[in-house]
Amino acid sequence: MIKAILIFNNHGKPRLSKFYEHYTEDTEQQIIRETFHLVSKRDENICNFLEGGLLIGGSDNKLIYRHYATLYFVFCVDSSESELGILDLIQVFVETLDKCFENVCELDLIFHVDKVHNILAEMVMGGMVLETNMSEIITQVEAQGKMEKSEVRAAPFGLV
Amino acid sequence: MSDVVEKTLTALPALFDSQTGAAKITNRLRQLIKSITELTSKHEEENLIKQELSAMKEQVSSPNTTMKQMREIMVRAMYCEMLGYDASFTYIHAIKLAQQGGVLEKRVGTFTPHFHSSPYITSITHALIITHIIVILSCLREIIRRKAVLALYKFYLIAPNQVQHIHAKFRKALCDKDPGVMTSSLHIYLQLIRVNSYKDLTGSFVTILKQVVGGKLPLDFNYHSVPAPWLQIQLLRILSLLGKEDQSTSELMYEVLDESLRRAEMNHNITYAILYECVKAVYTIHPKAELLEKAARCIGNFVLSPKINLKYLGLKALTYVVQHDAKLALQHQMTIIECLDHSDFTIKRETLELLFRITNAQNVTVIVEKMLDFLCYVPIKTLTFAPDNSWFIQTMNDVFSIGGDLLQQDVPNNFLRLLAEGKPEEDDQLRLYAVDSYLTVLKGHTSHLPQCFLQVMSWVLGEYAHLQESVDQREVIRLLTQLLDQRSVSSETRVWILSALTKISEGQTDLILDLAESLSSSQDTVLRQQAQELRHLSQESQLHEWALPRGAPWDGIEVVDSSLSFLDGFVSEALAAGAAPYKPPHQRQEELSLNLEPYGFSLPVSLSSCSITDRQSPTLLSVSSGLSGNSTELSCLILEGVKRVWGKDGYLPQKKRSTPPVDEPSAAVQPPGQQEAAERIEPRPDPLTQNQDKQQLASSLFVGLGVGSAMSLLGKSEAPPPRFRKKPHPHESSSSSSSGTSERSSDSSSRSSRNTTNSFLYGSLLEKEPATSISAFDHTPKSTTANGLAQNKDTKEDRRANTSQILGGDMVIVRPSTIQDKHPPSVSSDLTALLPADLKDLPHSDVISLTSDPSLSLSSCRLFRDEALLLVIFISNCTETVIKDVAVQLTCEELKVCNGNVVDCLEARSTSVCHYALLMDDPHTNVSFTGTVSYQTQPGHTNTLPFSGTLSTADFIRPLVVTTEEYGKLWLSLSHDVKQNLKLLTDAGDPLRTTLNSLKDALQLHVVDIIGSEGIVACRLLSGAPCLLHCRVNGTALAMWLRSPHPALPDCILYHCQRALAHH
Repeated sequence: MIKAILIFNNHGKPRLSKFYEHYTEDTEQQIIRETFHLVSKRDENICNFLEGGLLIGGSDNKLIYRHYATLYFVFCVDSSESELGILDLIQVFVETLDKCFENVCELDLIFHVDKVHNILAEMVMGGMVLETNMSEIITQVEAQGKMEKSEVRAAPFGLV
Repeated sequence: MSDVVEKTLTALPALFDSQTGAAKITNRLRQLIKSITELTSKHEEENLIKQELSAMKEQVSSPNTTMKQMREIMVRAMYCEMLGYDASFTYIHAIKLAQQGGVLEKRVGTFTPHFHSSPYITSITHALIITHIIVILSCLREIIRRKAVLALYKFYLIAPNQVQHIHAKFRKALCDKDPGVMTSSLHIYLQLIRVNSYKDLTGSFVTILKQVVGGKLPLDFNYHSVPAPWLQIQLLRILSLLGKEDQSTSELMYEVLDESLRRAEMNHNITYAILYECVKAVYTIHPKAELLEKAARCIGNFVLSPKINLKYLGLKALTYVVQHDAKLALQHQMTIIECLDHSDFTIKRETLELLFRITNAQNVTVIVEKMLDFLCYVPIKTLTFAPDNSWFIQTMNDVFSIGGDLLQQDVPNNFLRLLAEGKPEEDDQLRLYAVDSYLTVLKGHTSHLPQCFLQVMSWVLGEYAHLQESVDQREVIRLLTQLLDQRSVSSETRVWILSALTKISEGQTDLILDLAESLSSSQDTVLRQQAQELRHLSQESQLHEWALPRGAPWDGIEVVDSSLSFLDGFVSEALAAGAAPYKPPHQRQEELSLNLEPYGFSLPVSLSSCSITDRQSPTLLSVSSGLSGNSTELSCLILEGVKRVWGKDGYLPQKKRSTPPVDEPSAAVQPPGQQEAAERIEPRPDPLTQNQDKQQLASSLFVGLGVGSAMSLLGKSEAPPPRFRKKPHPHESSSSSSSGTSERSSDSSSRSSRNTTNSFLYGSLLEKEPATSISAFDHTPKSTTANGLAQNKDTKEDRRANTSQILGGDMVIVRPSTIQDKHPPSVSSDLTALLPADLKDLPHSDVISLTSDPSLSLSSCRLFRDEALLLVIFISNCTETVIKDVAVQLTCEELKVCNGNVVDCLEARSTSVCHYALLMDDPHTNVSFTGTVSYQTQPGHTNTLPFSGTLSTADFIRPLVVTTEEYGKLWLSLSHDVKQNLKLLTDAGDPLRTTLNSLKDALQLHVVDIIGSEGIVACRLLSGAPCLLHCRVNGTALAMWLRSPHPALPDCILYHCQRALAHH
């Protein structure tokens, strides 16, 4: 199961955080900081897996990360997930973002947090991988976008 | 109607797993983000967001807020929450929004991140939701069914007993016509199978996997042309769980596993992910030999992969597999050894885990050693990453009590420094925590604790126990005193404890006096003294306060003045009163040796070189004595031919010097200097030796893992050494090589000093080995075969004598005329004309001859470049024939030899130039270099000609051009200094100026300024450390004060100054 999905930049500023287990607000922030410290210290040419920080569950959990330009994408998973599988899932996620935003960059993630969450929700649900097919994910996201629009149009004028 | 249902359904599952949706980005959010990015400090951000949140709070509770505004507030709240601010007041509004609005609002409303576990969920009855979801399960759209299945699974995780009645629904989902829904249901089964077995489903899973692997799924499911890889992974996991320890179930899946292993051949990450799961499954289920073999081959692919991620998985697979078959580790022992020293901690850890699994009685010592090595990294890791105080202290406690005295000394030191150097307000908490935890530790059993932990504890308690007001100081004293009474406590630790007691003893005189009394009869003098101090201090509280101020900040304590400048006045008074000036150790040593020349220099050349080399290594002593041995001018003990039995390190039984046998045709005796010099060439650790080391390590690690003789890389593993042996001593090989076995020695020293028989043997056995042939010895001075060499002998010895003197000093004192007269015709000063054009203009020393033989003569010249010393070697062909394959090798232990060029072919009577850039990182008064020239006069007949020489620090010193102000600033910033009175040259009008100028000429110094009777001079070591000299005329002497950031540099420069002035 996926415990958390974190995106932060090279300076440790969180750009997206999604926890699939309950932690207090404080702990969540600490987890982000701890994860950043663990991940940012690693060279580029060593492996993409490392043991999770203590706050998120210690050695039972793995951090699987990829570093794209200014952003770190970190998935914190327990032992029931396949490392290489998750590594490719990150790739799928980023490719999907890239498709949706057309050349995704850090700013897209800042100003369209909601959309990123939407995309993620189509991929991972409650810590479980829901969909891994990029075109399928995009279809779903677009379908929902359409639905929103039709709703806005249909809504009585007082509400909009 | 269906539309409405669909909307609700999309929103519902999301409700349970905190799906987040939001409306279009609004202007307010944009503004918020913009203002946050413009802020400069965390504090400002905090204020801004607090304002924002309170504004939002007001807005949400106002009844006039429209749906749209609400939506927008939720998105902003979400952003604030991500930055780590509490926006929980919006949760309830979010739920309200989710209930009221259309789909858009619903999605925004369900953003609350911990929805499934927050208290709000309890208000909704589980059962109600479940019935809803069950309705949804029959929905037509597959995506909705899929989400519903996951929602059910989530419910199963939250409340397993409430979902029990719907297991049939799971089965239905597994048989769903849509593969996506089926995939989702696998999550459930993976979980369910762990609890109770579903053996009856094995057939279905196998069929599904078969279909997937066989490519029966629509192409949409392909990822990088692998059919549904994630689905395969999931299925393989399920199968391995099912087949575990169950032969009949396992038999069902052999076929499909085989198929999977066979199909997954492409080189993409995701195929490796499948392969990895396959391998794990094969080793988990009831074994089948054929499959095991294939899986083992797969592991090989992983482990040997250059991709680090795959290597990691390979190690992981190995770790898993060795439990079943320890022999597999043997195949990959070399890779494992390499991974042990990998820079990546993840890899290293996994390797240790693997080693842990293969530990047995025979290799336990080696493996534990490796693990302890790793343990030493733990403190460093904790220091860098510690999330909070309590965790940090607790971990360090564990490290100290487990690692104990095996830890390197700097671990406790760094830990204590960390505690001590923090600011009082900030780190008091950390200290308090440390005090508390140590008191708890001390109250328990202490006899098993390692000494270093006890020391750390007593220091911390002594220093910081007063911070903890709730603890009675008497209690602390009692605990520490208890420790003192224990037998297991070493006397060093007792000293630590006692000093801790001294610090906290204030006001507790009664307890302390008893203790001091009992210890004052201790046999340990240090303890006795401390007990005395303790008694005095505890009796006089004022003195105690003054000596041990409580809680004084560390930066308040004066930094030790390493230059001892507070003694300056005292020193100058003493000097003025006629006291002998302080002499650094090496000078004292020089003066201790007897000066046998009645009226010579106060610093005899021969002796100085002797004593200096003596400081470096015991073997060097004989080098310089060898150099001077033939000289009549020098007066050292002649050690030539004397077997050295005792060295600095004790008895030297291994050292054998092979003297050439008398019955050799040439009967040549190598000049001892050359022989020694050649012997000193450090055996460079070539790949071969390293490899042997690794193999040895491998054999000791993997000993006892099955029948190794076939697998082991060592070949003779039937009787493997029980422990990792040390590298063979370089000289062992030379002594044992006379047996003529194929023992392959990388040691160049043994090569050159080996007698001729052996070199023939080597020449034939290993063609690549540059053999020293007989003719290489022909050039030696004592040779009686060549007729024209008798004269050469004289020249040579004379030159040698000169050289040693020249090389010991600086280049100005070289007397080129005398040398040149006696030189062979090819060596002359016009050799400098041969220098490459770009080097010609550089300042250079005179050309000195290094060595020669009938075919070649070598001479060298030093060129002073700003950033390096260029050592130019002139190789002259003295014969009438072409000399081929000339290769020069230069080594020097103390210097960095940068680059050199290679000469290939040398025409008759021609000279070739070869130059090396030398760098000196650490100053040494003198350094020697050695080298060899190998060449071929006839094809297949390689001769080698060794040479050696000395360079002094003076060659590496360059003027440092600074202004007086810069000099002043620099002077204050430098820490290491040396003072000495030198001879003042009084023969001219201005003694100071004359002296400084002569120093400047000799040593390439830069005279910055001369004011009255004081002068300041600056230089640097190539482009590295500066050295500042401050000179003052003090009567008939020159008081020289040198400062440098480098501890050894002033000594070196002072030494050369002395010499320069002495020779003047």
